[in-house]
Amino acid sequence: MSFRIIVLAKQVPDTRNVGKDAMKADGTVNRGALEAIFNPEDLHALEQALLIKEERKDAEVIILTMGPPRAANIIREALYRGADKGYLITDRKFAGSDTLATSYVLSLAVKKLAPFHLVIAGRQAIDGDTAQVGPQVAEKLDLPQVTYTEKFTEIKNKEVSIQRRLERGVETVSTPLPALVTVHSSAANCRPRNAKLLMKYKHARTISELQEETKDYTEMLNNKPYLQIDEWGVADIEAGEEQLGLSGSPTKVKKIENVVFAAKESIVLSSEDNDIDRLMKDLIDSHVVG
Amino acid sequence: MHNIFVYCEIDEGQVADVSLELLTKGRKLANELGCKLEAAVIGHNLKGIEKEIYPYGVDVLHVADDKRLAPYTTLAHAHLVVDLFKKIKPEVALFGATSVGRDLAPRVASKMKCGLTADCTSLVFGDHKDNKSGKEYKNLLYQIRPAFGGNIIATIINPDTRPQMATVREGVMKREISDKAHKGSLKTIKTDEVLTDELFPVRILERHMEKKKINIKASPVIISGGYGVGSKENFELLYELADVLGGEVGASRAAVDAGFADHERQVGQTGVTVRPKLYIACGISGAVQHTAGMSESAKIIAINNDPKAPINELADYSIIGNIEDIIPKMIKFYKQNTK
Repeated sequence: MSFRIIVLAKQVPDTRNVGKDAMKADGTVNRGALEAIFNPEDLHALEQALLIKEERKDAEVIILTMGPPRAANIIREALYRGADKGYLITDRKFAGSDTLATSYVLSLAVKKLAPFHLVIAGRQAIDGDTAQVGPQVAEKLDLPQVTYTEKFTEIKNKEVSIQRRLERGVETVSTPLPALVTVHSSAANCRPRNAKLLMKYKHARTISELQEETKDYTEMLNNKPYLQIDEWGVADIEAGEEQLGLSGSPTKVKKIENVVFAAKESIVLSSEDNDIDRLMKDLIDSHVVG
Repeated sequence: MHNIFVYCEIDEGQVADVSLELLTKGRKLANELGCKLEAAVIGHNLKGIEKEIYPYGVDVLHVADDKRLAPYTTLAHAHLVVDLFKKIKPEVALFGATSVGRDLAPRVASKMKCGLTADCTSLVFGDHKDNKSGKEYKNLLYQIRPAFGGNIIATIINPDTRPQMATVREGVMKREISDKAHKGSLKTIKTDEVLTDELFPVRILERHMEKKKINIKASPVIISGGYGVGSKENFELLYELADVLGGEVGASRAAVDAGFADHERQVGQTGVTVRPKLYIACGISGAVQHTAGMSESAKIIAINNDPKAPINELADYSIIGNIEDIIPKMIKFYKQNTK
């Protein structure tokens, strides 16, 4: 039996690069201008899995993502970096899921891939910053959880040791396997795409994507079955519909306000000497400093 | 039943600051609902801990004292909290958004199948009408937090599940003793009856905790840098200015992510909230995620080469230009004109 590692990853809007074109004239976000990317800490999670694969010949890395059909992009990104296989969990019925409903879906998909040794995910995703899905998947699978992983210090068949990054220090723990681990941004950066793997997997497609292609993939897929990215919907993971989407989500969004910066009286200065001198004089005179 | 609950975290033998802040908030929420404030402390060597907690207005304190419970491990603490929730059925449950609270609260919420909102910046009661069913709700907890990288402010509610769970970062809520002489009642959790070996799969092999060293919250002057500062080297300029003005250096999330500064200096939604006399924002564009943590500063100066940066709208003074030019000039003038 292989040492199976399942990596949970999410495609997210790149909220870190909210540049000028991402803000509309009225001060609100132009979501269309944000690129869809591989959630940064999930890349750190993938790297931890790939490091284990380097150490253990029997390791197998499976990438699992839940999202709309275009999230297949991050599965390809993972394949280009060394993952062995990917699954896209997609269904319109998942739309509107909060962290509890999301963790329910992910836990069913992970169960379907049992037996496994490790489930590794990023600590949190940059669109929500909740850090809830990892621990909630662990609870649903009744697995021990180790959050904020910085590195694996020892990998054994039935146990791993992990260094965790806490707010004010580090802690090394051991956990029996299988276990769920979330990875902190202070862990090693993910390796870049590998040119050979890029060539091997650039035609990897999900069924939905194949339906949109003009090119005929039938022969290619027959010869190279690894190019097929599996897609799972509600029926495949045998999910209870009442636990999905909005109805499966205890939290509801009552109100969303786009942030508009309220203007207040502001004095604009240049970097010229007399401007800076005047500012500093004001600050000293008003005892703000000094 | 149907009270407000706070999970009190222990930090170096004392109740963590964030927990005392939550107790302060919890007391106010309990007064509004006309219910009690309950709290739990889970750890070891907790004798006398109630003296620290009662003045914040706690009516019922649950204590689980067992050497297996410190340092914190997930499953044992989660088990005790879930067990307690099933008994006391709280209306609202608050946790610190710390490495412990953010590990524990989601595990508990998943087990309870209830809603949880992370990193709330404001908690108030309000009413709600469900448009689909027409059902009306009184006094739901509005859990308000920035989302989407801080570009939106979302109000989240949990209409049908209890407890309504939320985490809050340190420094976001005010900490205030409600009554020095207040005494609550102490309930001891019999750990021997509830803790089993299966609750301790994760073993702690080693721990290096650093003392709290940097405390930018307490500093009257904060010089903060963002991604626009450009490099760790340029951050040195900020340290120089902080040194001269008697302040501390803060940073935006982007600067911390880029490795320009340590996380403990991070100001904003996922860092600390500060209210200094003077806040100088250098190379910070001013995403809400950041401004949520500094907008209550008494005076704000923004130094930025983008005249359209949102931070300028918030600033009392915005200086358009490069920090490499401006900061040395500020230092020079200050040194020449003060003793």
